[in-house]
Amino acid sequence: MSPTTLFEKIWRTHEVVAETADTPAILYIDLHLTHEVTSPQAYSMLRERGLPVRRTDRTLATMDHSTPTDADQLFGRIPIKLESAAEQVSQLERNCAEFGVELFAVGSPHRGIVHVIGPELGATQPGKTIVCGDSHTSTHGAFGALAFGIGTTEVGHVLATQCLLQRKPKTLAVNVEGALPTGVTAKDLVLSIIRLLGVSGGTGAVIEYRGSTIRGLSMDERMTVCNMSIEAGARAGLIAPDETTFAYLKGRLRAPQDDAWDTAVATWRTLRTDTGARFDREIHIDAATLSPMITYGTHPGMSVCIDESIPLHGDVVYQKALGYMGLTPGQSMLGQPVQVVFLGSCTNGRLSDLEAAARLLKGRQVAPGVHFLVVPGSDAIKRAAEAQGLDQVFKDAGADWRESGCSMCLGMNGDLVPKGAYCVSTSNRNFEGRQGVGSRTLLASPATAVAAAIAGHVADARLLA
Amino acid sequence: MEPIHTLRSRTVVIPSTNIDTDQLMPARFLTTTTREGLGQHLFADWRYDSEGQPIADFVLNRPEAQGCRILVAGRNIGCGSSREHAPWGLYDYGFRAVISTEIADIFRSNSLKNGLLPIIVDADTHAWLLAHPGVELVINLETCTVTLPDGRAVAFPIDNFSRYCLLNGVDETGYLLSQVASIAAYEARVGA
Ligand code: SF4
Repeated sequence: MSPTTLFEKIWRTHEVVAETADTPAILYIDLHLTHEVTSPQAYSMLRERGLPVRRTDRTLATMDHSTPTDADQLFGRIPIKLESAAEQVSQLERNCAEFGVELFAVGSPHRGIVHVIGPELGATQPGKTIVCGDSHTSTHGAFGALAFGIGTTEVGHVLATQCLLQRKPKTLAVNVEGALPTGVTAKDLVLSIIRLLGVSGGTGAVIEYRGSTIRGLSMDERMTVCNMSIEAGARAGLIAPDETTFAYLKGRLRAPQDDAWDTAVATWRTLRTDTGARFDREIHIDAATLSPMITYGTHPGMSVCIDESIPLHGDVVYQKALGYMGLTPGQSMLGQPVQVVFLGSCTNGRLSDLEAAARLLKGRQVAPGVHFLVVPGSDAIKRAAEAQGLDQVFKDAGADWRESGCSMCLGMNGDLVPKGAYCVSTSNRNFEGRQGVGSRTLLASPATAVAAAIAGHVADARLLA
Repeated sequence: MEPIHTLRSRTVVIPSTNIDTDQLMPARFLTTTTREGLGQHLFADWRYDSEGQPIADFVLNRPEAQGCRILVAGRNIGCGSSREHAPWGLYDYGFRAVISTEIADIFRSNSLKNGLLPIIVDADTHAWLLAHPGVELVINLETCTVTLPDGRAVAFPIDNFSRYCLLNGVDETGYLLSQVASIAAYEARVGA
């Protein structure tokens, strides 16, 4: 058999019916993750047609996007301020109860951001097809799963049939070799990749991240990289599973246990791109050339190295972005005042992100006038962080320690960046208004976020360490 | 779903590149649990000021934009989130087609499922359309062409299956449901 890519292997084993010129493939979905925002209309469709959820055992639900991070609201001691958010959350509860879907509701120890809890539970596994009505489903590709975001109509398709109609995407290999320089994180790596590819450079493709740099990343770091594949326009990001993957999954709640574990690992070991397999496109990056990154514009491709200045010239996109951001051509990013810092999201809200941030913050203070919001990616991460006393480090420094959820990543739950304010954010999108009307987002790593929180302006975290 | 054969309309031009789904439908409007009524929030932050008043010079607020069913947008429209609320909003507002040189994957797929035609044209045609807002176009799904005012017909690519569904008003859910025997056979075969 001719050498094939990892993507091709997963795709083939999930073809219920292969594609033809006239019909797309019918692709079987192993795991369907759902949440309150993109599912209500899909359940309405099932109800209208009198259909059940075909495989409740392959469907999980959580609430994350519109849930408050304020404990009093979250746990019902006071009403949820946003009525429409409260209604969406209660509708999810009703839908899951009616259709028999397992739900990690408020109070469940497993609740959290959908892309954080899948891996945490061990439900995300190599070789699986995983979808969710959310573009950052690409995160799960860090485990060698083919994972991509879908719309609500497709959420309905998967609920009803456990399948999707799909055209086979193209493949793009991103090869990264060498050691990351000190102070350069996985977030900086992926921001660099997006800058290189452009925000539509991955359109129509599944990216496989390869090379010694990628192999050397922890699972949390791999998730950060795969998470932002969509910001280059790609459908999915993939990393071949290896010992790091298996060590992460072993013993997790939904991972295979005992004999089934050994069988699973034996199969997972075959999930790699064969030598000589062809990608539609390949790019190469030398890790030694990378630096900490920060965005200055209104899409994730508009970034500079932390000690670089904003480019002097640009096209209309650049001009419009700088106008919105209130930044000047040629201005240095270092020293740019910030009013808000957000540490969290499915990109950088995992335990290792909180640990890295706390290490830098310990014994230091958040600058006066800066609101530093720290939102763990899941309740499990919140508990683990508290067990280590990280919450105390954040609180002692003057940061705001919250309940888990998406929070200020998209500002649906009322956690907003004020109009015109600058926010260094560890999330994934700096679109106009993403964190609130008129918000100005500077995307960066947790380390850079902490450096900004302490300084009150954009600062180089390498000088803190 | 209503079958679509041809669409004749004047265009509205929003030339911005990378119009993301947060612009098409800001997150604060995603708490809805239905599909209806999202047209009023389309481009909300470009369309209304902080008091909720229409911003006079934004194109959708101008009289000549009223009744237009074709949106010509800058390169890479629909990037960002998977929210189907973006095409729902465009459709509810009255748009039936979006034309650009690049259209982001998930937005494109969502649009096709909601009777909103995502149409990709070559760079020259696109540049011409951007420079001539308000021209009348005829989009023909049978022939997969956009006819410009000078009579020139420009071909656009569309997946055969999506085209068949749109032309015949077939919804994809129904098609998938007709395949349950194959799905059950697959589940039995792989032990799923
Ligand atoms: S944290 Fe942000 S990007 Fe991740 S799922 Fe939530 S809203 Fe989406």
